Amino acid sequence: MTQVFLGMPAGGQGNLFESEPFPKAAHRELGNTQMRKNLRHATHTIRDKRLKVVGELPDWEALRDAGSVIKNNSMATLEERLLEFEKNFTARGGIVHWARDADEANQIVTDLVKATGSTEVVKVKSMATQEIGLNEHLETEGISAFETDLAELIVQLGHDKPSHILVPAIHKNRTEVRDIFLKEMPVVDPNLTDEPAKLAEAARAHLRKKFLAAKVAISGANFALADTGTLGVVESEGNGRMCLTLPETLITVMGIEKVLPQWEDIEVFMQLLPRSSTGERMNPYTSLWTGVTEDDGPQNVHIVLLDNGRTRALADRFGRTALNCIRCSACMNVCPVYERTGGHAYGSTYPGPIGAILSPLLTGIEVEENGSLPYASSLCGACYEACPVKINIPEILVHLRGEDVDAKREKHKLPTQMDLLMKGGSWALGKGKNIGLLEKALPLGRLAAGKDRKIKKLPGIAAGWTQSRDIPAPPSKSFRDWWSDEKESK
Amino acid sequence: MSAKDEILSRIRTALADTPVTEEVPREYRTTSAMNEEQLIELLVDRLVDYKAGVEVIDAAQIPEFVAAKLKDASSVVYPQGLDSNWLSALDKDVEQRLDAPGARLSVAELDATSAVVTSSAVSVAESGTIILDGQPDQGRRAISLVPDHHVCIVPISTIVQLLPEAMPRLSITRPLTWISGPSATSDIELERVEGVHGPRTLDVLMVRGL
Repeated sequence: MTQVFLGMPAGGQGNLFESEPFPKAAHRELGNTQMRKNLRHATHTIRDKRLKVVGELPDWEALRDAGSVIKNNSMATLEERLLEFEKNFTARGGIVHWARDADEANQIVTDLVKATGSTEVVKVKSMATQEIGLNEHLETEGISAFETDLAELIVQLGHDKPSHILVPAIHKNRTEVRDIFLKEMPVVDPNLTDEPAKLAEAARAHLRKKFLAAKVAISGANFALADTGTLGVVESEGNGRMCLTLPETLITVMGIEKVLPQWEDIEVFMQLLPRSSTGERMNPYTSLWTGVTEDDGPQNVHIVLLDNGRTRALADRFGRTALNCIRCSACMNVCPVYERTGGHAYGSTYPGPIGAILSPLLTGIEVEENGSLPYASSLCGACYEACPVKINIPEILVHLRGEDVDAKREKHKLPTQMDLLMKGGSWALGKGKNIGLLEKALPLGRLAAGKDRKIKKLPGIAAGWTQSRDIPAPPSKSFRDWWSDEKESK
Repeated sequence: MSAKDEILSRIRTALADTPVTEEVPREYRTTSAMNEEQLIELLVDRLVDYKAGVEVIDAAQIPEFVAAKLKDASSVVYPQGLDSNWLSALDKDVEQRLDAPGARLSVAELDATSAVVTSSAVSVAESGTIILDGQPDQGRRAISLVPDHHVCIVPISTIVQLLPEAMPRLSITRPLTWISGPSATSDIELERVEGVHGPRTLDVLMVRGL
């Protein structure tokens, strides 16, 4: 299928792009043995935990089926769902804002914060604000944003980038975390050990005053319930509850795909999400709020509904189920590619298998920076099996590879090397005589292989194949020659 | 065109192939066959796993057990709708602070309060989840958050096995807090450790005859 770009909804901006092609980034990241060790330890820990708690539920597959259909239905009726949500949220005292892209969302949030007179905000971990680069934007406007989730705090204090959607500091081990705390926290016990409990305690002490004094909080949302206008945040540490409860103003930034039709639908997702993400039967804290509640929690409650490429992804009827993602991170925890390269290699806020489809779907595959992401997979299918809402990631990866080839052809207006290669292949395999002719060139291959009998570098587009593997030298005689010799000698 | 109109128009363009909706297959469990003793056993198991303190007691024992849990506290906050008898056996040294409409404790005062006692709306045994919905016997959200020690009363009549069974008992538009153990994190090497920003000690009193 040739994609028609005219009339397509605009692609997303912000932190959705590879900064360099995946193979190049992956090559570099693979050299970081400490990171690989940390990731291997963490992903294997979580795999075992997830399997144990998922195995406890006799109806796990039924929950996945329900989750998948609820999400599909929500996407199919997205306009009505959003309007219904807006109506209900507004009726309960909340204020709804709409943002076409990252810039617009950043501007809305900045204006809202400035209107309060505050120059500091506390933040609950949020993928959407990471995606639009909100913290960086606020900083240019003279507003300091303090991340309060432990892993986000580690990343922020370490001047680092997140590498995982659930545990952004997964690439750091406990000793590295201790070192960051010692170096960056203004007040910290110099004898701090690397025991996780001690590190958690240090984070508590570091953030306590911020929570108690904060006037403005910024959050994401795990879901919005259309029929009641309710928002929900799922968390562990209590930093979410602090931000959602104590400040006067609460601003939530949420992708438009997070809306669920009925409030009862959370009975499905609150069974799927915790078990798939942290491997717990339930996360320690979940907060649900519907607009403003008099005398309880923030009295100025806003939501910014963010497109930033989501409608672009929705327009791809083979790829739109990527929007069903509930950001559990099970797919990256089971992915053999992610386990070795880590999240930074993917460039985008969304790494791992889901990132390899979601990032190019949000930006448009024809954006060259994201063209290599759909190839960042061996198509083993572990991600599909782990996905609680049954997103068929391998199928979408293959679909996007096709789109990528089409987009490149479109752009160059000339047959690409890939086309020539495919044409050549079709000619060679079309007739026995043709392939026989080609096989006459086998000795050339042996020559190219040299003494160690390995071809290490192919020219042109075929170089991709030899980038990460050698080709053994071809045999001196082809099978077809051997066969006809055998027949003759009989 | 406003951002709203443009986004909605993009959605219409994106869905030009008019995907159909399907009936949601709800084949998952929605009813439980567990009796009361099994529910208690399951919930206790889950809460202990989360490192919460758990006692199964009779209604008449509440004052005695609340007092025991708060023997080291210097002060305790309680919501207006809490049965005042529950705090009747507290040590005289434990200062009792009422949080009521028109007489709210400030955040600083809550931070200087050692503990909180609340009731709860409904609990889900299978996942070890206690749900507070801000009724007068649970109070506003801040009081069960800022003090470092939460003593939570769970009437056994409010325990269900499955999350779908809890749904009809919830008033969704009230502010809801679902609590599954004391605050915890898995952010360092994906190993769970208890005790971060929320109350680091959670004591659950499961009460028969309430």
